[in-house]
Amino acid sequence: MSRTVRIASGQGFWGDWLEAPVRQIEAGPIDYLMMDYLAEVTMSIMQKQRARDPALGYARDFVPLMERVLPAAVAGGVRVVSNAGGVNPHACAAGVLEAAERLGVASDVRVGVVSGDDILDRLDQILAAGHRLVNLDTGEPLEVVRDRIQSANVYLGAWPVVDALARGATVVITGRVTDTGLTLAPMIHEFGWAADDWSRIAAGTVAGHINECGAQSTGGNCLVDWESIPDLADPGYPIVEARPDGSFVVTKHPGTGGRVSVASVTEQLLYEMGDPGNYITPDCIVDFTSIRLEQVGADRVAVHGVRGRPATDSLKVSISYLYGYKAIGTLVYSWPDALKKARKADEVIRERLRRIGLSFEEILTEYVGVNATHGPLAGEPDPDIAEVQLRIGVRAREVGPVQRFSREIAPLILNGPPSATGFAGGRPKVEEIVAYWPALIAKSEITPQVEIVTAGAAVPGVGES
Amino acid sequence: MGAKRRASAGRLTRKAPRRVRLLDLAHARSGDKGDTANIGLIALKPAYYPLLERQVTAARVAEHFRGVIRGDVLRYELPNLAALNFLLHGALGGGGTLSLKTDAQGKVFSTALLRMEIDVPANFDVD
Repeated sequence: MSRTVRIASGQGFWGDWLEAPVRQIEAGPIDYLMMDYLAEVTMSIMQKQRARDPALGYARDFVPLMERVLPAAVAGGVRVVSNAGGVNPHACAAGVLEAAERLGVASDVRVGVVSGDDILDRLDQILAAGHRLVNLDTGEPLEVVRDRIQSANVYLGAWPVVDALARGATVVITGRVTDTGLTLAPMIHEFGWAADDWSRIAAGTVAGHINECGAQSTGGNCLVDWESIPDLADPGYPIVEARPDGSFVVTKHPGTGGRVSVASVTEQLLYEMGDPGNYITPDCIVDFTSIRLEQVGADRVAVHGVRGRPATDSLKVSISYLYGYKAIGTLVYSWPDALKKARKADEVIRERLRRIGLSFEEILTEYVGVNATHGPLAGEPDPDIAEVQLRIGVRAREVGPVQRFSREIAPLILNGPPSATGFAGGRPKVEEIVAYWPALIAKSEITPQVEIVTAGAAVPGVGES
Repeated sequence: MGAKRRASAGRLTRKAPRRVRLLDLAHARSGDKGDTANIGLIALKPAYYPLLERQVTAARVAEHFRGVIRGDVLRYELPNLAALNFLLHGALGGGGTLSLKTDAQGKVFSTALLRMEIDVPANFDVD
């Protein structure tokens, strides 16, 4: 008889629906709750927060969320795995343990902390050792932006999380562990898969790819027959029912909204896909052209046939650096001649910026309602269009020109083409641009750390993965 | 939407091949990786996949997005999922945080591709 382990997705990104993890834990049986918080930009935001306050630098809303789900998790024996730790997983763990104490369940909570992904303080040493951390997109060496770097994190795979689970962690909080690794790790732990059992590791990675964006695999953002997808007010988030042989079923709790179909799962499989024959993670290489999907019941899709290959010798590094500044300003023009007025306003503002002598790396104008989503593919708009939103964005390396631009939108309401409105938001916000530098580093340079922390005392980790 | 497609089926079975929008043959999802947008194009029925594979080439997609993207287009086939995956380079105005575009993360390149029309043989039933 084959055992099934249910791994539920509770967050697809930092800012996802707060009710989702609560629904996952309360609306039916699960064994693990996986919550993904990290995107490329997130790490730099967290690094800045930690610089201001050493107690910060993680997904802060994770703690109040855990406060809501911990009692049921403890009662039901559900273990939580999340990369909410960001650049400060220890502080995140402390926050969760405090919440556990407030709830009176601290004696049942063992937090596994996975770190070792943050290489910001080691960068000079790593560069000195001859790792150039060349930009994978542009081929430039890291020296070009060295003095502007804000964060540097290696993507760790599933194994340190497996280690934490093996050492009895009921909640695992990590730094930059891959989204897929968070779902794969419980499978490895439960089924005892070997590190070189490539096809099973690949199958678990596919399960992770399906889980990592929350409801995007269960009817959210699903184009097929979207109007008939039930109860999007209460979408069921995905649950992977994993089996020891690597096959699994994607489903959701009965009574929830959304839809699990071959179409909904296929859309998610292709999301952010590069070369489908070579989907590279720290744990393996997956061949997405081997995946078989089958509708095996209402809101149940079986996934099997996944083939994997050996992992590479490197890990991906995500480095963020200060690039420059941008601002985006909008105004709405009404009928008649809405588009003509908006175009005129664009001309006027560009001419004013030119006469002041400001220069920008880019000025981009879009007309929302006309070409903001599909550009010229949308064709000519109705000349009688009711309104058009003028949307102008500027980007520069220096803050000055962008600040000056932010003062040039409002005057147009009274001194530009007629019928402008929609300026309730005030002056455009000048934003710092933190850009992203993808690179590779040899696995041998990185040592993941795993510690088990309880409310009584912190137990320093001795193991590594 | 389903009813509309059925209504057009009669016309599609006439003699001359006709142009059909990809919207009636496929669905899609798109996303970003840096300044590259990816579009997964998925046949609404497995029977439509060979048509997509034959006609929705990388070159045609590059032509479709001419003036919208700055780089080249790569195509990968996933017959197991009745799907094609396209990588559109230089599609996102610098990508990620640099981009000034409304669609900085390439979320709606999917539906932009579904505007494309391809030839469907006279005897090919599209419902």
